[in-house]
Amino acid sequence: MQIIVCLKQVPDTTEVRINPETNTLMREGVASVINPFDMYAIEEALRIKESLGEGEVTVLSMGPPQAEASLREALSMGADKAVLLSDRAFAGADSLATAYTLAAGVAKLGEFGLVICGKQAIDGDTAQVGPSLAEQLDVPHATYVRKVQSLEDNKIVVERMTEDGYEVIELALPALITVLKDINQPRLPSLKGKMRAKKAEIPVWGKEDLDVDEKLCGLAGSPTQVVKIFTPERTRECRLIEGSAEEQAKVLASELKKII
Amino acid sequence: MGGIKVDLDLCTGCSVCADHCPFGAIEVKDDKAVITDICTICGACIDSCSFGALSREAEEAASPVPDSSGVWVFAEQIGGAIAPVVYELLGEARKLAESTGSEVGAVLFGSSMQDAANDLIAHGADRVYLLDDANFADYHDELYAAALADLIQEEKPEIMLLGATTIGRSLAPRVAARVGTGLTADCTGLAVNPETGLLEQTRPAFGGNIMATIICPRHRPQMATVRPKVFQAAPKDPARKGEIVNLKSPEVALRSRLLERVREQAENVNLDEADIIVAGGRGLADEKGFKLLSELAEALGGAVGASRAAVDAGWISYPHQVGQTGKTVSPKLYIACGISGAIQHLAGMQSAETIVAINKNPDAPIFQVAHYGIVGDVFEVIPALIRELK
Repeated sequence: MQIIVCLKQVPDTTEVRINPETNTLMREGVASVINPFDMYAIEEALRIKESLGEGEVTVLSMGPPQAEASLREALSMGADKAVLLSDRAFAGADSLATAYTLAAGVAKLGEFGLVICGKQAIDGDTAQVGPSLAEQLDVPHATYVRKVQSLEDNKIVVERMTEDGYEVIELALPALITVLKDINQPRLPSLKGKMRAKKAEIPVWGKEDLDVDEKLCGLAGSPTQVVKIFTPERTRECRLIEGSAEEQAKVLASELKKII
Repeated sequence: MGGIKVDLDLCTGCSVCADHCPFGAIEVKDDKAVITDICTICGACIDSCSFGALSREAEEAASPVPDSSGVWVFAEQIGGAIAPVVYELLGEARKLAESTGSEVGAVLFGSSMQDAANDLIAHGADRVYLLDDANFADYHDELYAAALADLIQEEKPEIMLLGATTIGRSLAPRVAARVGTGLTADCTGLAVNPETGLLEQTRPAFGGNIMATIICPRHRPQMATVRPKVFQAAPKDPARKGEIVNLKSPEVALRSRLLERVREQAENVNLDEADIIVAGGRGLADEKGFKLLSELAEALGGAVGASRAAVDAGWISYPHQVGQTGKTVSPKLYIACGISGAIQHLAGMQSAETIVAINKNPDAPIFQVAHYGIVGDVFEVIPALIRELK
């Protein structure tokens, strides 16, 4: 069974800082990493393959040529194959156009049993590409998966986290799931994996390689447009409460009683 | 589709635009700004240029916008109870409907929901599209997506709002893809532009460090999920009148089913709906620290949250985690105890109405977003605070 993991390369937010003068993001020298949620997706795919004792894990990303580095990292963790979807025509895509292009990539990869995505990317935070991709692939999906209970007989049973607990959902394969941090602990790349990843060929598929309508890709295919970007006002003044713990607690309690 | 154009005569190569680009998509080569492929045409650079060298390229002839009318709200229910965010959506939908001169529609799927439908009318819906069917009692991705997409294609609303809840964030992208329209996630601001008539949807990105305003100019409906607790709930007026339209169930060959729905013990874990959250971090030292925190939460009638460090240390379970890899919350009151305030944590809570920080380290970044700060030992301050509140 082929398991496809979709991953996104994102700026490492542990290094992103706000320029206090201009109130803008300082991205200079900020490293790019695999979106943290996608690490859990890769790990879960590897675990499923190991428990089945067969199969192939393919990692797929849409992005600029630099995103190849993230795919290589996934290969070093143990993924079998990686493909990058990269083309000027794919740039500027919103979640619908991204899912459209990814769906074309998945179609070209051939038969699959499962697609795994991270819950959301930490730069855009939309959590929309997973379910949108499921729709465009015409497969069932479950979001916020915190555990795979079983995978057999062409079906997968998962636990999906809800606001007040969880649901147990059975999906016929092929299917798509998006996973949470709670699902596993991603492994570190092995030395052997790193060596293999270094040498691996990563095909780059552009619009000519995929069965896509260019008008539905990238910026042209994105119904939504960003019209304005601004920094939220940070005029907040922190009122420090002084004194002993008792005195501090007393002042705070009386302030809180005004609010609640 | 237009991109960003650089007027080479006006550009001085000063690189201010490159610094302002949130996506790192501008390079300066040979003393001129160059827009690279990763540009999303957000326009942040246009405002930053003092020389007027940057502009949006004229767009190609616009395709006609489909006819549509009405501001719709998806009335999510769990176990027959309408989710609190629905009333917030109705309040916002009424304002939007008044500014566009249209009606408010509510879409309700469930079983034995007649009373709930009337309740939606009392809270501002002019029309409730009701699908009352035992198969729709519990949320089901495929069933709900099919029914909602069919209804949208039939009735053509102009605006469709859903709560940015577990259900809303799973259903909305599936439906948007099926009807082929745009969707903006997790909005915290909505307004209709009086000139263009378009819905301007504002949302945080990059963990709340920047805000983006997004439009959906040529596709309908304009769809958005809306963060709970951001908007005021609509007031109830039992005298309000409205219409209930009964819908038929769609025929769908299902490929998934719900086997079980489990509510987990602790009531203090539903962070999404909590008005008050008391959260703990590394400074709480161990599980016992969280016991103390629970007492404070109980005294305040709030839920317990945690930083990633505390969850990773095993002091409390993952559903309590607030921040980039946990939940994003916007309660009325957030009390951060022993949390230093890493950027990933701030991303999940900085939109709270009032933030209180209690921390030993006066330089902890949490104080930069807090309204009230106490520099002190959580093990002294929290017990004293519990005594004061009692």
